[in-house]
Amino acid sequence: MKGLFRRVSETQRSPITITVNGQPVTALEGDTILTALLLAGAQLRLNEFDQKPRAGFCLMGACQDCRVWTESGDELRACSTPATPGLRIVTAEVPWTSQ
Amino acid sequence: MDKPVVIVVGAGPAGTRAAQTLAQAGLRPIVLDENRQQGGQIYRRQPENFIRPASKLYGASARAATALHKAFADLLPRIDYRPETLAWGVVDQQVLVEHNQRVDAISYDALIIATGATDRIMPCPGWTLPGVFTLGGAQIALKAQACAVGAAPVFMGTGPLLYLVAWQYLKAGIKPRAVLDTSTLKTRLKGLRGLRHRPAILAQGVRYMAELMRAGVALHAGIQPVRIEERDDEGGLRVRGVTWRNSRGQLRHTVGDAVGMGYGLRSETQLADLLKCDFAFDPISRQWLPVTDVDGATSQHGVYTAGDGAGIRGADGAESAGALAALRCLADLGFSVSPQEVARLRKALEPMTAFREGLETGFPWPWRNAASLPDETVICRCENVTAGDIRRAAGSLDAPELNRAKAFVRVGMGRCQGRMCGLAGAEVLAAARKMPIEQAGRIRSAAPIKPLPAKIRGIMT
Repeated sequence: MKGLFRRVSETQRSPITITVNGQPVTALEGDTILTALLLAGAQLRLNEFDQKPRAGFCLMGACQDCRVWTESGDELRACSTPATPGLRIVTAEVPWTSQ
Repeated sequence: MDKPVVIVVGAGPAGTRAAQTLAQAGLRPIVLDENRQQGGQIYRRQPENFIRPASKLYGASARAATALHKAFADLLPRIDYRPETLAWGVVDQQVLVEHNQRVDAISYDALIIATGATDRIMPCPGWTLPGVFTLGGAQIALKAQACAVGAAPVFMGTGPLLYLVAWQYLKAGIKPRAVLDTSTLKTRLKGLRGLRHRPAILAQGVRYMAELMRAGVALHAGIQPVRIEERDDEGGLRVRGVTWRNSRGQLRHTVGDAVGMGYGLRSETQLADLLKCDFAFDPISRQWLPVTDVDGATSQHGVYTAGDGAGIRGADGAESAGALAALRCLADLGFSVSPQEVARLRKALEPMTAFREGLETGFPWPWRNAASLPDETVICRCENVTAGDIRRAAGSLDAPELNRAKAFVRVGMGRCQGRMCGLAGAEVLAAARKMPIEQAGRIRSAAPIKPLPAKIRGIMT
């Protein structure tokens, strides 16, 4: 899948690996979760009301449209949370019954 | 007697200068910053391991940005700085905060609200597609993450940020496919009366436009957005381009893989609203804003607003307003403050106010577009409430104002609490009921003003 974002500079940083929906995704130290996911793909989440993909909007913590989940069910705001090595993200809500 | 506790919410230009002024008077203000690093949005910093110089990040504002960052570094030992701390409510002289999934209540004697602004959004069909971002968001991607939101972005909206962001993308090696501005050359000429109060800023804007044109980027004025087109051929729904009408009403299409959109800014006013500060309708920006005196004192004792959170006057205006609100706060707390300094700051703000009126006149919020949006256009992106839903609330459900419409059809009920849809929703409602926009009111704020983590810990009072 082709990503939405393009890096324009700052590519000298150390690579890290996170897991997105069970698949490894390479990012650079200092990337937010949003950056890491949108370089690798074209969505962060599905809207609850029409199940269509969303990829964030404001990037400044106001619109709340970039929420993703950890595999254990915690919600994270992807635009303001750094991607850290070993982080395990899912882009669809973990059903409550499985927690 | 213990020193009074002053809480400053926000660490952008206004919050930083407010904190500095309080510290200079010998106080130790608590500065609550939702971000990880001081700077706010305009002077947002890149992560520590990025290496681009300030000149690259902030362009013409590099000196102001560096000065503000340095002022804050010098200030750090003398303030109680709390980054990554969300001020989500306020009650009984206490600010309710969340940090690292833990909530707390902090008592204050005085409160300075410097919460800034976000892009003002007029939805159009397709605006919820992956690849559509606010202008501010497109800028943050570049500034704080060294990423472009796409390889072939289209910038649409109005206001100075439209040209600044397009120019910043051009400089970063990503050529915008077009800049589509809803404002006309005629309104811009009218705006010059106010804009000439800050000739240097005006000249800068003209320079951005000239450099974009020289690089072959088409700048279109007086456009009407029709829709953002989608495609789904590379493993995920995304932007294919923008369909719009030119100033003569002819249908046009610009191919692109991303859109940055925004129509000026809107103030973040929720905390003042929770405190029941008086608000008034500002006819120039068509927004409800906290009522303050010239120094930023609200109708509530000991509560002040400063910066774009109190009405849009830009970064330089925010620095002056932050210092001025802090001086007013100090005076109210019984400290002696320099009348000369107060007079100097008030004077510094005068051209900002005229300039802002020039901006709103020259690059007006295209409120008339709300009436002609197709019924199926999503207005509330949190809950997919459409223009048609709001019109039903306005018509058969007879909602006289926005909060009733919210109760009926959930516009503004979602996670963002109407930050993205509140202004446009009010315009759709007002147009459907053929009433003046001020009668549509504004969405009432409710705590928590932003979502709190589900696994919250801490003591609630």
